[in-house]
Amino acid sequence: MSRMPSVFRVLLPLALLSCTGLILAGCKDASSNNSGASEVRLQGAGATFPNPLYQKWFSEYNKLHSNAKFDYQSIGSGGGIKQISSNTVDFAGSDATMTDQQLQEAPAELLHIPSVLGAVVMTYNIPTLSGTSLKFSGDTISGIYLGNIKKWNDPKLVADNPGVNLPAADITVVSRSDGSGTTAIFTDYLSKVSPEWKDKVGAGTSVKWPVGLSAKGSEGVTGQVKQSPNSIGYVELIYAEQNKLPYADVKNAAGQFVRPSIQTVTNAAAGSASSIPADLRVSITNAPGTDAYPISTFTYFLVYKDQKDQAKGKALVDFLWWATHDGQKMAPDLIYAPLPAEVVQKDEEKIRSITYQGSPLYKG
Amino acid sequence: MAVSGSAEFPVLTADFNLRRRKLKSRVMTGLTMACAVLLIGILLAILLYISATGIRQLSLGFLVNNPKPVGESGSGIANAIVGTFILIAIATVIGLPVGIMAGIYLSEFASSKFGRVVRFLIDTLTGVPSIVVGVFAWTVIVHPMGHFSALAGGVGLAIIMMPIVARTTEEMIKLVPHSLREASLALGAPVWRMSLGVVLRTAAAGVATGAMLAIARIAGETAPLLFTALSYNYMSTDINQPIASLTYQIYYYAGSPYEEWHSMAWAATLVLVGMILVINVAVLSVVRRRA
Amino acid sequence: MASSITPPNTYEPAGGPGPFPSVGARTRALFPSGFGDWVFKYSTLLFAIGIAGLVVAIIVSMAQNSTLSVAKFGWSFLTNTTWDPVHEQFGAAAFTYGTVVSSVLALLFAVPVSLGIAVFLVEQAPRRLSYPVSFLIQLLAAIPSVVYGMWGIFVLAPLLRTYVYPPIQSALGFLPIFQGPTNGLGLMTAGLILAVMIVPIVTAVSTDVLRAVPDTQREAAFAMGATKWETTQVVLGAARSGISGAVILGLGRAIGETMAVTMVIGNRPEISEHLFGPSYTISAAIANEFTEATSELYRHSLVELGLILFIITFVINVLARLLVWTVTRGQGSARA
Repeated sequence: MSRMPSVFRVLLPLALLSCTGLILAGCKDASSNNSGASEVRLQGAGATFPNPLYQKWFSEYNKLHSNAKFDYQSIGSGGGIKQISSNTVDFAGSDATMTDQQLQEAPAELLHIPSVLGAVVMTYNIPTLSGTSLKFSGDTISGIYLGNIKKWNDPKLVADNPGVNLPAADITVVSRSDGSGTTAIFTDYLSKVSPEWKDKVGAGTSVKWPVGLSAKGSEGVTGQVKQSPNSIGYVELIYAEQNKLPYADVKNAAGQFVRPSIQTVTNAAAGSASSIPADLRVSITNAPGTDAYPISTFTYFLVYKDQKDQAKGKALVDFLWWATHDGQKMAPDLIYAPLPAEVVQKDEEKIRSITYQGSPLYKG
Repeated sequence: MAVSGSAEFPVLTADFNLRRRKLKSRVMTGLTMACAVLLIGILLAILLYISATGIRQLSLGFLVNNPKPVGESGSGIANAIVGTFILIAIATVIGLPVGIMAGIYLSEFASSKFGRVVRFLIDTLTGVPSIVVGVFAWTVIVHPMGHFSALAGGVGLAIIMMPIVARTTEEMIKLVPHSLREASLALGAPVWRMSLGVVLRTAAAGVATGAMLAIARIAGETAPLLFTALSYNYMSTDINQPIASLTYQIYYYAGSPYEEWHSMAWAATLVLVGMILVINVAVLSVVRRRA
Repeated sequence: MASSITPPNTYEPAGGPGPFPSVGARTRALFPSGFGDWVFKYSTLLFAIGIAGLVVAIIVSMAQNSTLSVAKFGWSFLTNTTWDPVHEQFGAAAFTYGTVVSSVLALLFAVPVSLGIAVFLVEQAPRRLSYPVSFLIQLLAAIPSVVYGMWGIFVLAPLLRTYVYPPIQSALGFLPIFQGPTNGLGLMTAGLILAVMIVPIVTAVSTDVLRAVPDTQREAAFAMGATKWETTQVVLGAARSGISGAVILGLGRAIGETMAVTMVIGNRPEISEHLFGPSYTISAAIANEFTEATSELYRHSLVELGLILFIITFVINVLARLLVWTVTRGQGSARA
């Protein structure tokens, strides 16, 4: 042993340690399968936006039902869609609805179940105007992001903000570089209010931005807006709130300038409730209603209609029911907008339709 | 530089520009010292930045608790610490022997043409973006298995680790003087004994440096884990299931809207750097004792 | 780094570096212990081929997953600068430009500094100082790339935007590379962050390489009246091959870096000569858009970007090797 090269002397104990660790880990796995306790472990992944609320939900639900262990990781809406379609997770979260093609490519029928609502707000940093709330309209926002409106004191902006002393400075436009549901909602809204945007750029999780620079993540956009004077960006409401950035009122379809808040977002969902299709895939941007915030969105759970594992399927439907009912009460504390009653009803129908070998799983 | 004498044995004339050469030498010494100071300065700046926000989250609870939802106190990264350790262990068990053996092959045995091709390919692997490795590991392990796992994460990290270890091992072994090789062979040692017992032992410090660099590198990787080990919010040592990791937690907390989570990200960074420091010290002290 | 003090090449066997002219001949010559050697040789070969095989497997996997975009765009993919996911127009030119320029910038900043530090640690610093300092520098390698990115956004970029870029722009603004927007996020910033990230690995390997150059070289140079710097030049010359290996490792890291780069480079897919302005690299694009790629063509285009990155790495590696080979020709490596 003493003649062993020093490298081996280090590697051997390291290797032994690792192997022991791995064997122990393997044993643990075997024993937990035979434990007899009906612990059910479900893995989910997907949208980043609702993650803080989902973590709260899973933690609270686990306190009520200690045998159900849910885990959710935010890898993005697209990631969630891909993983559920590849059957590597039990359920997924997504801000964006799946396209017809994506649904067709999935191995079995997938259901969209709206879980909560959120808003994308326009945040800005104008040093000379700290404390003032600005007003934007679809016209001005699309103009800024298209590069047509270049300065803060552009006549269109001045017209929407009477009495505000907008500076004669260039606008630094900040967008998202990573594909995200936030971008999808924002560009969806712009496509509805601006034909030029729809034609030139279009909507999607990732688009070709005509002007400006892109930052990674909502955190990146927030950071960049905070650092750059005379800049504008779009982020989820919670980022603007937590980072104490000002955000603007936006003109909605009814011509009113609406302040983004939990209430106005729920109003947007309620306003579009009548036009929600049967599969619940809907865009609620630019929703009708006098007090509806125009850049609002559902976020969805994606689950298979026909579950392959009875225990997991049962735990899943029970959780979904709880989340769309009791769970909604926890949403406002974390600045998420709860579902309006009409949508909860539609969710109930969907949850009842989830089956295992033909018979519905939810009994309640 | 002015020289006189024959081309084979240049002799520098003493006075002619001795003063200039000496000045040049002193300037360059100063410059090299400046480089070192600059970099230490940057390191300190980064560490200070991390500590400034992270220190206040660093507590015993932070190190032994699992994550909790936002707003609840007592959140911690215990599962991430264990997870990172397990991932590094798996990656090292797979990547280190493969890398060292490949490095030995490249330096001892590779005849020019074939060795050059293999070396070339291994060099290319060092430049592969970690996210591509992650996607490859997803295609080859996660998708067929049907679920994310720590094992897949370890394999992904091992793929990143292997070429770094192989190349540094090769470079370090090439530096061992031929006389040592010749002496051990003259004493009758078989080639494998010479390679492992004499050459590798002499190059041990350098090989360990390479291994440490590789471990530090993979300990700081996030992208491959997104596709392989994913993450997990509870404590787990199961290599067949998703597992938490410090880098993923840092990535996630840093990108969140909450100040509290930001400082947790920085605190987790301090823990990660501390872990690597400990591993570094442990390995280098064992290896250096022989040097 | 021309040095007229080069030791005559008397150490190398005529056939070049390597223990024996032919492994097969040697194994046969040592037949009594031939089996152990045979096992040793072939097991190391197996591992080496394993890694090389992995690379091939990755390339094959990527080739299979990029057929749609190759079929649709063909060669124009390489020259097109448009990247429009909504209208499904994809082109790699802007990303290629960003990747190459940011890596070159990173090397330009990192290699002199790394070599400077390595020289300082090996040639000039007292032993007691050099080990702790080299240890501290390796610590930089342990910092996750996400943290580098955050430090870049919140510390480095504002610093550059306020104190560094404006003076450079006013002094050297007649050069197009220094014109344009200076809001901190851009090619130069990315190059700087990458440089900081690759210094540890280049320094660590170079330090080990320089330390291994035998003292006889230094003593010989001193004996002939060389100053400290001139001796260092000799040592560097002797260590060229190892240093080029270090540089290639550093370059690999710079090309493949995703997180830190995407946070500070501005993520704008267009080719611009303004070094302070935003740009985009292949790794950053893949990291940003891969998980959210909504259509097969989109995903295939991103994978094709990855393949192009492989090609860039190949080309730069070949050029680096050619450079080393040209420069080291005629100068033996110093091994006693």
